[in-house]
Amino acid sequence: MALLIHGLGRVPHFALNRLMEISTILDLLANALVAGIMLGGFYAAVSIGISISFGMLDIANISHPAMIMLGSFMAYLINSHWGLDPLLIMLLIAPLFGVLGMGIYRVYFQLFESREKDPRRGLAFFFGLLFVTDVLLILFFGADLRGVETSYVDKVLNFGVVGIPLRLLIPFFIGVLVVLCMHLFLTRTFFGLAVAAVSQEPLGLRLMGVDPVRVKQIAFGLSVATAALGGAALIIIQPVEPALGREYIGRVFAVCVLGGMGSMSGTLFAAILLGVAESLTSTFLGPSWSPAVAFGILLFTLALRPAGLMGRN
Amino acid sequence: MTSSSHPSRRQVMLALPVATAMVYSGSGFGQTGPIKFGGTLPLTGGNASIGKVAQATMQLWLEDVNKRGGLLGRKVELVIYDDQTNPTITPGLYTKLIDVDKVDMLVGTGTNLIAPAMPLIIERKKLMMGNLALGLNDQFKYDKYFQMMAYGPNGKDELARGFFEVAAKLTPRPQTVALVGADSEFANNALEGARNHAKRLGFRVVYDKSYPPNQVDFSSVVRAIAAVKPDLIFAGSYVADSSGLIRAAAEIKLKATMFGGAMVGLQVAALKQQLSGVINGLVNYELYLPEPSMQFPGMKEMIARYRAATAGQGLDALGFYVPPTTYAQMQVLEQAITTTKSLKDDVLAQHIHKTTFKTVAGDVKFGPDGEWAEPRILMTQFQKVNGKELGQFDQPGTQVILYPEKFKSGNIITPYPIGG
Repeated sequence: MALLIHGLGRVPHFALNRLMEISTILDLLANALVAGIMLGGFYAAVSIGISISFGMLDIANISHPAMIMLGSFMAYLINSHWGLDPLLIMLLIAPLFGVLGMGIYRVYFQLFESREKDPRRGLAFFFGLLFVTDVLLILFFGADLRGVETSYVDKVLNFGVVGIPLRLLIPFFIGVLVVLCMHLFLTRTFFGLAVAAVSQEPLGLRLMGVDPVRVKQIAFGLSVATAALGGAALIIIQPVEPALGREYIGRVFAVCVLGGMGSMSGTLFAAILLGVAESLTSTFLGPSWSPAVAFGILLFTLALRPAGLMGRN
Repeated sequence: MTSSSHPSRRQVMLALPVATAMVYSGSGFGQTGPIKFGGTLPLTGGNASIGKVAQATMQLWLEDVNKRGGLLGRKVELVIYDDQTNPTITPGLYTKLIDVDKVDMLVGTGTNLIAPAMPLIIERKKLMMGNLALGLNDQFKYDKYFQMMAYGPNGKDELARGFFEVAAKLTPRPQTVALVGADSEFANNALEGARNHAKRLGFRVVYDKSYPPNQVDFSSVVRAIAAVKPDLIFAGSYVADSSGLIRAAAEIKLKATMFGGAMVGLQVAALKQQLSGVINGLVNYELYLPEPSMQFPGMKEMIARYRAATAGQGLDALGFYVPPTTYAQMQVLEQAITTTKSLKDDVLAQHIHKTTFKTVAGDVKFGPDGEWAEPRILMTQFQKVNGKELGQFDQPGTQVILYPEKFKSGNIITPYPIGG
């Protein structure tokens, strides 16, 4: 747009300056909106697991960001040794993460859930898991930054004045695809409906011949499997170090609560809303305001709709 | 019945160890136990990359000093606790080090994490030899505190000084500057210094904003900076942010006369390699570079040994950032103890204040505040980074020193990016 304005030779100087200012603002606005949407897709990829475990199963899995880091480091390990693309790696390791998640749930169930109905008691377990995972990552991988080699990480797609880096576009698609798949799985299959029912009506499920513990175990495994996808998305965006996951704890829970507990489409919508809000705030107000704006949106939404944007009361 | 005035054999045997202890008490000589150097390092958490490297380097020094026969005829031991990059737990850890482990010397590394433990250290009158801490003693003014990173007496100004001094000498002279940094202690200090220098040297600040420490995408930040068209862009950032800012700058093809400043992470191998040619033209601080102007006795050998010792451990593969000053901090204590033949904190502190020490990091002289008497924060420019090969960073000219004049090894190339 700025180039177009330069071509307007006979326009008075002050008007040209004004037009330039407006065109710069419009350029910034377009790029901020697109970057925000991309960022939102990534936030959805890292939050979807929390929406399942916390939103649907009532398990406050604080260690989810550490699982995401584990996913990132697995992607790094396989990429650096065998040169596989992180996108392929995430598909390979997601089932392993699912099995890991099922194992974690089994331990959690034996130690806490089977003895104590209050899910908050399990927080200590997941905090412990978070720290143990951090330390294990440092022991195995060291404390240095790790990144992946891909052919697309430095590429940018340009559409007029809008530039979309592939390192943001690919995580965006990962997030959208994961949310879509989870939404279809959890709303169109018997197992998905059982997951939706398990935290609300375990007795009803038992009467239908379904083992609620088994359902929760598989669903928790599913939530941890998404961490592998989120981890691969993260390491495409930026290099990682073991403690980086802690930065995401507040954000992933905010997305889950804002979207509505257990709502997959709500998670995507909330993630994109927060991403766009952060991006616009960073561009026009200053990035230090972006957490205040994002959490302001969360508080405002919860005041009006306590169940979140797409949650059911 | 007669009583003998001679002690019985049993009494002699009981008295011998007590007498031996009495004879040798009061000096370091002859005490049989090891001399303990103790402290906290961030071995986990956000600063683990610094703490683990510092620990490996201290271990190198420990091997060296014990090979030489220890200190004052005694073996030397290291007692290191992990502060988890969490300042709130350091008072408890230092209490244990002083009261339970009874360490003789306190050492520490890792930004300002030990600040909450300083009142305790001061109350116990212990000497503290720190590293990579900025302006920690400004408030305490403790006479037994020393810090090895070469900030000098005006710490907050030093990270930015070289950047602005170099910019002020450019022709045509840049007029405007954008300041951006993480909303955290280190970056805020760097930005405060940058504001002071911009004012002092007459640069107009056209953008001055910070971002939250968990910022993921920097394209919106960099685009907002580019929109105000600054001549200079000074950034105070941590490792992941540095990577994000530089990648975003490359993606939007940001142009400026100078870009860089106090960006953490670009001093270590991992980020230099990952960003590769994208960093050519970037002007940033360093503590040591293998340029001809910085050849100190023992440095090359120490770095070679550090690399051999840490190979495959996932630590900084170059060893230019943390190891030189970490090894030097231990050398200062070693030389002070050897010269004074004492482990008394008062005696050692007085000696350290008035002595110039020969270390692998060059000659070190401390000022009254425990910081280096003369600052030595280098401002450098990446000029010939090509590909990801690690060996290039050992070659002079890959990254040249622009400031201070005493160590200058090349001239700045403008604008950023080189050839862009």
